[in-house]
Amino acid sequence: MELTTLLFYFFSLLTIGSAIFMVFSKNIVHAAFALMFTLLGVAALYVLLFADFIAATQILVYVGGILILILFGVMLTTKGFTDNLKTLTTNLRPVSVVMTLVAAGMIYVLLTTTWPVAEIAEPEGTITGLGTLLLKEYILPFQVTGVLLLVAIIGALLMATKVKHQQ
Amino acid sequence: MLSDFGSILLFMIAGVLFVAIALFVSKLVRPHRPNADKLSTYECGEEPIGDARIQFNNRFYIIGLMFLIFEVEILLLFPWAMVFQDLGWYAFSAMFVFVFLIFIGFIYELGKGHLKWDLPSPAVPEYVEGVGVVERDIRTEDDEFESDGGLTFK
Repeated sequence: MELTTLLFYFFSLLTIGSAIFMVFSKNIVHAAFALMFTLLGVAALYVLLFADFIAATQILVYVGGILILILFGVMLTTKGFTDNLKTLTTNLRPVSVVMTLVAAGMIYVLLTTTWPVAEIAEPEGTITGLGTLLLKEYILPFQVTGVLLLVAIIGALLMATKVKHQQ
Repeated sequence: MLSDFGSILLFMIAGVLFVAIALFVSKLVRPHRPNADKLSTYECGEEPIGDARIQFNNRFYIIGLMFLIFEVEILLLFPWAMVFQDLGWYAFSAMFVFVFLIFIGFIYELGKGHLKWDLPSPAVPEYVEGVGVVERDIRTEDDEFESDGGLTFK
């Protein structure tokens, strides 16, 4: 087996395994750390798909940012909450019906799609092409991203502010 | 390109091996004689009081949120920096508009006083006979928050 294929299976196993561990873990801190391995595995899969910028974004934003926020969320909640996390299954019957349908649909799509397989040349990094596209063809979405980030700043600050009610 | 990431993979493998070998070798050579004092949290004699899990100030969360937003901004600077020389003033003005939009958000944050570090209310753990360790809020009633971020709705 080729090395990249071996690496693909290793990182897929890491991603899926830690995702399963995260879902079934009773300890919320352990779940957060399992999520870290899941996100890192996804970043490695991006690398194997030659998407270097997306991989770097995945590590910087998801592992370095969002995971930290989740851990902050754990630490900000009242203490003792982390000790006995109660997870339980509710609505078992409707959930199993919906999940069976979704799984059947996905398996159907997986089996009926013709997957084009072709040898492609290894691209020399994607960032330069991405920059040209971002600044020429997609300049408006790029600037709208700026507006979105501005709205995100203001919204986050508004939600985090203590609102004093009149007495 | 994949070979560039190959060196990163080598670094990862080397990092894991380095720790694993160091721990294994030290397990081989060290004597194993534990006692209660050695196994306490602070072996130097400091008695731990209370729970390690305290409720953190939610100001850290705001800082974390802001970090995330400005990190996305920095990430989008990388593709721009790669093509900046080719596109010249066009790229410069495009990025200027983009950064300016987020700069407005930064000014808003600054103006609302979210970057001001208010004095937190310290919770001092105290030992009460028969009850155990309690955390007492030493902040008095008069010490209202000086700043509520400027957003007092009246």
